[in-house]
Amino acid sequence: MGKKSIETFVGIFVLLGMAGLVFLALKAANLGSFSGGDTYTLTAYFDNIGALKVRAPVRSAGVTVGRVASIRLDPKLYQGVVELAINRDVQFPSDSSLRILTSGLLGDQYVGVEPGAAEKMWAGGDTIKQTQSAVVLESLISQFLFSKAADAGGAPAPAASAPGPSGGKK
Amino acid sequence: MAPGPARERRGEDGAGAMTGLLDGLGRRALEILRVLGHHATFLVDLLRACPVALRRPYLVIAQIHAIGNLSLVIILASGLAVGFVLALQMYYALVTYGAAESLGLIVNLSLTRELGPVVTALLFAGRAGTSLTAEIGLMKAGEQLAAMDMMAVDPRSRVLAPRFLAGLVSMPILAVLFSSIGILGAYVVAVLLIGVDAGNFWSIMQSGVDVRRDIGNGVIKSIVFGFICTFVALYQGYEAKATPEGVAHGTTRTVVIASLGVLMMDFVLTALMFSTP
Repeated sequence: MGKKSIETFVGIFVLLGMAGLVFLALKAANLGSFSGGDTYTLTAYFDNIGALKVRAPVRSAGVTVGRVASIRLDPKLYQGVVELAINRDVQFPSDSSLRILTSGLLGDQYVGVEPGAAEKMWAGGDTIKQTQSAVVLESLISQFLFSKAADAGGAPAPAASAPGPSGGKK
Repeated sequence: MAPGPARERRGEDGAGAMTGLLDGLGRRALEILRVLGHHATFLVDLLRACPVALRRPYLVIAQIHAIGNLSLVIILASGLAVGFVLALQMYYALVTYGAAESLGLIVNLSLTRELGPVVTALLFAGRAGTSLTAEIGLMKAGEQLAAMDMMAVDPRSRVLAPRFLAGLVSMPILAVLFSSIGILGAYVVAVLLIGVDAGNFWSIMQSGVDVRRDIGNGVIKSIVFGFICTFVALYQGYEAKATPEGVAHGTTRTVVIASLGVLMMDFVLTALMFSTP
């Protein structure tokens, strides 16, 4: 095999490697969709962040507009402090509120933005206190059980009376 | 009075055994140190020869051809097979939880983080490492290296360093190709054969895989493994006894030491890279 053709084959080999890397980066990872380049930071306080993780999406109307940048605990308020990196081209009114939601029944948790109506917009570095915590399944179940128990206690004859039509709903 | 000399003799025997044991221990420790030091000086010589080798890039290119290009078929075939099997097995496990769409993510993470670098390194040690050891061992047995030395050509920069550099370059490329072809194989099985939704397959994969953390660390791993495999192969070849048995022994040791080194280093690297969530 000539010197030239070996060089060609090695060139093809290296090119293949680069193509593989580009494939992994663009098709198999999230380099193209969200590089985190142009963002501004908001700080939100939650009573309970549930199972929210760093890099979880921030969504408004189901559209991903940013990512969770960091999570820590405020040592004085005992609240979870979540820093959000929001795309610069998306702006929210200053009376918008944040909620921690779950995608699907067992899916990952994300931060949902409910837009408000104020004229003023959130700017980078703002702190948001208007938040709703993650729903913790245990407290939900215990709430449900307590309301059930309260209904049952109110009813005079538990064996005969069926539970009220509105009592069991939560 | 009778037990006196007997005990003394026994004591002497005990001391003799004791010093024998200490001798053995000391000899073994010194031997380990000697081997380690030998490796270290060999590495320093090798690294010092690398800039000289870069001045003749054709030598490196020819070695990339021998090590990388010619390993391509076995790497691609294995990657495809691993992707097929991984997709099938994961599908059987995931479908019971109704999470078959996460298949792409799991296959991607296991390939780019672990299987790609590790399996490629094991194949690389078997396919390219042994050939390096045998080639250099036979060069030494045929006294070609000594002849080069006589002609004032440094065999390290002429023979060893180009192969070392070629191994460092080839291994990450092969690992990336292994992972890529494995993901494509998983796509074929999951989407085309089983019927997992293609959009979910890719989008869940894309949302869960990070370029720097998963793919970047995988590439770093494969560079480290390439270093281990090539270095072990060159060392075993260069230090092989100049006999047929010596070369055979060196080839075997290349596979054993490189494989074990890769697997142990993989644990260390994984612990360092992925310990923080």
